[in-house]
Amino acid sequence: MTATLPDARGHFGQFGGRFVPEALMAALEQLEREYEAAKADPAFSAELTHLHATYSGRPSILTDAKRFAEHCGGARILLKREDLNHTGSHKINNVLGQALLTKRMGKTRVIAETGAGQHGVASATAAALLGLECVVYMGEEDTKRQALNVARMRMLGATVVPVTSGSKTLKDAVNEAMRDWVANVDNTHYLLGTVAGPHPFPMMVRDFHRVIGLEAREQTLSLTGRLPDAVVACIGGGSNAIGIFHPFLDDTDVRLIGFEAGGDGVETGRHAACIGGGLTGVFQGSRSYLMQDAEGQTIESHSISAGLDYPGVGPEHAYLNEIGRAEYRAITDKEAMDAFLVLCRTEGIIPAIESAHALAGAIKIGKELGPEAVLLVNLSGRGDKDVATAAAYFEEVGMA
Amino acid sequence: MSLLHAAFERAAAENRAALIAYIPAGFPTVEKCYDLVRAIVDGGADIVEIGWPYSDPLMDGPIIQQAAEMALHNGAHATDVLNTVSVVGDAGAVPLVMSYWNLIERYGVEAFAHDLKAAGGVGVITPDLTPEEAGPWMAATDSDEIDRIFLVAPSSTDQRLNIVTDATTGFVYAASLMGVTGTRASVSSHAAELVARTREVTSLPIAVGLGVSTPAQAAEVAQYADGVIVGSAYVKAVLDADSHEEAVIAVRSLSAALAQGVRRS
Ligand SMILES: Cc1ncc(COP(=O)(O)O)c(C=O)c1O
Repeated sequence: MTATLPDARGHFGQFGGRFVPEALMAALEQLEREYEAAKADPAFSAELTHLHATYSGRPSILTDAKRFAEHCGGARILLKREDLNHTGSHKINNVLGQALLTKRMGKTRVIAETGAGQHGVASATAAALLGLECVVYMGEEDTKRQALNVARMRMLGATVVPVTSGSKTLKDAVNEAMRDWVANVDNTHYLLGTVAGPHPFPMMVRDFHRVIGLEAREQTLSLTGRLPDAVVACIGGGSNAIGIFHPFLDDTDVRLIGFEAGGDGVETGRHAACIGGGLTGVFQGSRSYLMQDAEGQTIESHSISAGLDYPGVGPEHAYLNEIGRAEYRAITDKEAMDAFLVLCRTEGIIPAIESAHALAGAIKIGKELGPEAVLLVNLSGRGDKDVATAAAYFEEVGMA
Repeated sequence: MSLLHAAFERAAAENRAALIAYIPAGFPTVEKCYDLVRAIVDGGADIVEIGWPYSDPLMDGPIIQQAAEMALHNGAHATDVLNTVSVVGDAGAVPLVMSYWNLIERYGVEAFAHDLKAAGGVGVITPDLTPEEAGPWMAATDSDEIDRIFLVAPSSTDQRLNIVTDATTGFVYAASLMGVTGTRASVSSHAAELVARTREVTSLPIAVGLGVSTPAQAAEVAQYADGVIVGSAYVKAVLDADSHEEAVIAVRSLSAALAQGVRRS
């Protein structure tokens, strides 16, 4: 039953909805209509499936990570390899879907926000593939932290706009993208990169990522003959997590566990764990949990992972937390970086630092559940973009 | 009759549009803002919207963003918003609050309506709240007799104009253009058409805002709207001034010039 949400107005229980300027309401209504029509159109699904198969590389494989599993209390660890997708993360699933929808709506320009740059790169890629103009808003701080991805986006023909307002990070890039969208909605689609924002984004972005969970469920069944005991993913806005969780919602014996960025530790206040350390409220278009002070001003988030460094989280996760269907815990920077190195050295896979939060989660949950357990872990992206950050971190702490 | 209605009636009787000024509370500091408010009213504003500075003002352009950042940096809090509302009332104009929704929700929807009333505030403009999500807000504003002002935009369908105007009390805020707050070289051509479309579905006064900043633009808008809303121009006048004294003089003369502008010849 949880799998049928949101309701007609985009609510997941008390969460979600549409909190936007009136000027955007018509565009959101149009988007919702066009998306529903596309979803019902076999030609649209066929085109997307074709792109998955011939362009981004789906289905992504499942890796039985035997040496990594030794660090997880011996539990069996199955890695869903979204890192092997074209452009290096799960983000491409959503981007291809929305880019096709943009063409279908007759719009010629896409705008996107990006933190780590993965969604920006994926958007620039899809825009190049489909002949769309692409503008990516990125906090000025992030353009420095993720210079490689800025260069990739520019190479792909996108315009990268450094955002200098507010905290100069991802949330401010979202604000700026919204401002652009209000002014250019006639020819522009806002290609939002996670399951946040106003309805229909949380639903639509989730649907485009469900392919992760649908594939992984089948792959796990055929490899092990049963469903996993737990599905584990990292949570920024929550798109890779909801993508792998959603097809398991009605498998009530399967635990769904999301790992938020704990930064220096939730108790320090320097983190990005909205569910674990935030309050409910309205932020960037929908009701969910967010990091805010006593008067409702957004608090800056902190995480070593640029892709998780966001003070909001998607409304469906807020709902799944509230009804107890999914659990959310925090992983500190240190725990994530320890797990990062373990995966490098046991499996020869350099994960994205975002995904390393899920890996650290798997280490904990594996130890809790013991060697009989099967854990499905979403390896949402690869770590090429993070090599400089990781090297600096390990140097600072005297490791590696 | 509400104070807001009375202000529009008085303006209409004088064959002019009402002048509605916007200034964020706590900008550039809490105390200095009081001086600015008094000067804005003294210069001739009928109604003053006190902006509640917010960390993520997604409907605002660079000028008001900068003001909000300064105000927050200088420690503007909810109580300052309410105190500034009282200053507007004491100065003899009609006080409104303009606030992004999360701030009100965190304060407590009923508590805010209540405390605003106590401070002399008569209405609230909520730029990121649409009637569909406003259930508790409608109840709270009804019980405290606070006017709730929603926005219409050039992109609003006829169906949405009905939804928005049905939920609105006091006056309808017509966003003149598809975009954010800021000064513009000319008034959007969409404004007059939007006002005409809105008049077909409501008898409420209609005020036009976004991108109206000069007396000439105010005069143009006053030909078809009941109120003219000016925000970024006030903020810019303050940002451009070399001293607080100059800023006070600048906003007073801006009000005076705009008050001339809104007269229908
Ligand atoms: C590899 C990777 N994983 C996860 C995320 C976090 O986003 P989400 O929670 O929407 O999956 C990002 C965002 O940049 C990412 O690049």
